[in-house]
Amino acid sequence: MPIPLRAIAHARTGDKGDISNIAVIAYEAGDYPRLERHLTADRVKAHFADLVRGDVVRYVLPGLGALNFVLHGALGGGVTRSLALDAHGKCLASALLDLDLPDD
Amino acid sequence: MRSIRIGAGAGFAGDRIEPAVELAETGDLDYLVFECLAERTIALAQQARMRDPAQGFDPLLAARMRAVLAPCRARGIRVITNMGAANPLAAAEAVAEIARSLGLRGLKVAAVTGDDVLDVVRAGHYPLDETHETVASLGDRLISANAYLGAGPIAQALERGADVVVTGRAADPAMFLAPLIHAFGWSLQDWTRLGRGTVIGHLLECAGQITGGYFADPGYKDVPDLARLGFPLAEVTEDGTAVITKVPGSGGRVTPATCKEQLLYEVHDPARYLQPDVVADFSGVRVTEAGPDRVRIEGGDGRPRTGTLKVSVGYRDSCVGEGQISYAGPGAVARGRLALDIVAERLRLTGIPCRETRFELIGVDAILGPSLSAGAPEPREVRVRVVGRTDRLADAVAIGNEVESLYLNGPAGGGGATKSAREIVGIRSLLLPEHLARPAVQIVES
Repeated sequence: MPIPLRAIAHARTGDKGDISNIAVIAYEAGDYPRLERHLTADRVKAHFADLVRGDVVRYVLPGLGALNFVLHGALGGGVTRSLALDAHGKCLASALLDLDLPDD
Repeated sequence: MRSIRIGAGAGFAGDRIEPAVELAETGDLDYLVFECLAERTIALAQQARMRDPAQGFDPLLAARMRAVLAPCRARGIRVITNMGAANPLAAAEAVAEIARSLGLRGLKVAAVTGDDVLDVVRAGHYPLDETHETVASLGDRLISANAYLGAGPIAQALERGADVVVTGRAADPAMFLAPLIHAFGWSLQDWTRLGRGTVIGHLLECAGQITGGYFADPGYKDVPDLARLGFPLAEVTEDGTAVITKVPGSGGRVTPATCKEQLLYEVHDPARYLQPDVVADFSGVRVTEAGPDRVRIEGGDGRPRTGTLKVSVGYRDSCVGEGQISYAGPGAVARGRLALDIVAERLRLTGIPCRETRFELIGVDAILGPSLSAGAPEPREVRVRVVGRTDRLADAVAIGNEVESLYLNGPAGGGGATKSAREIVGIRSLLLPEHLARPAVQIVES
């Protein structure tokens, strides 16, 4: 059964210039391998196809049960000059939790 | 092992004031740190200083200091803040004046200066990270250039007996690292300890964001009593391990989950968190529950610093004009779309030169964009938003006017129009060899 990412993980967005980062953290350590297997940089890039112009890079933190995604070109040219309603991209983490992860 | 207690009194310029008072009065603190200086704030402060040489520091400095100086003095808590913005010396003098007015004599207030590297940067050929052009390409649009200073000068100020240290631009974690260096006598080459101190500083720098702020998601992540959110404090031992907690009875919660979210907040490569003092390594950090609202943090590390400082360059970027208006009831989305089309055509007909525009419906697609919004049920109310970038302020004003004129000239039932036009100060960054910034400490007394 596919499972909503939101059911097994929580997330937070941060911003620096035109780069957004989204940390995705498993509630239970046992769910982390599923995150690492299915929540790839490509999957995240495809999810945000309308919003992210540049590369998506993923860092793995198995000790924390977390993935950190770095989204380049995600903030409308940079927080200070962006025309976006959410210039900081604060909403992106919640939007990512809308994904479904496939069965193992 | 020896330990000290450091509290976070603010995580941004407009943050709540009472949690800092609560920490000062009941947190049994040694240090209280206020982080109040966002990326762009210092450029705006520089403009304020150009208008009035006595200004250019945080407008809430007085309110915060009036609230905490007396309880801090009574308990020997030393205060560190970057509220000096573009004028740390004037800010230090203002703090001394407030101390006098509160009857607190002999308070030593240090100003850390030297982050202002505008003259160095103007004269050099430093490429901007974002555009790869030199600073010179900004011409007379250049406003400010401030280097992120490290913990060294703040620790020096503490060494000289400062009760309050006021900085301009300093790396946020450095304001927390400095008291650790001072209290424990850490060497500025002890990369592991500097890395651990940076982890702690990074966890505390956004204040309420680790005690349950920016976290609650009802039914998934519940947080009690957010209206009375307590700000965090760290009990740090000499080896750089820490427990993050908050004062009993305050709102919010401290859990491994809140700490993990904050650990990775605004982080790119977790193994290379670049700071003026150290390249910190968060990748081996362990976060474990140590009791109710107590979380143990260990396993941070560090490597030698890069030898360059990040510099934020403020410049006049452009003007932005915006207008909004609401539609509700059946057909709200169709009327909203019609309104967007009308304004787009009006901007063409009237020849408003826009370099960039957005036409969107708040409640439909303004944040998520078309793909992620597709298939959602139609809302009963929407808010039209038109925003554009222009060179001239008058053109920015015209954008909002076109939206407002939808009242009489647009679709049925448009209400609640608002408009704004503003000049935008943008921020670019560059790297500067560290020896070109000359930090200095000056002390005034109340």
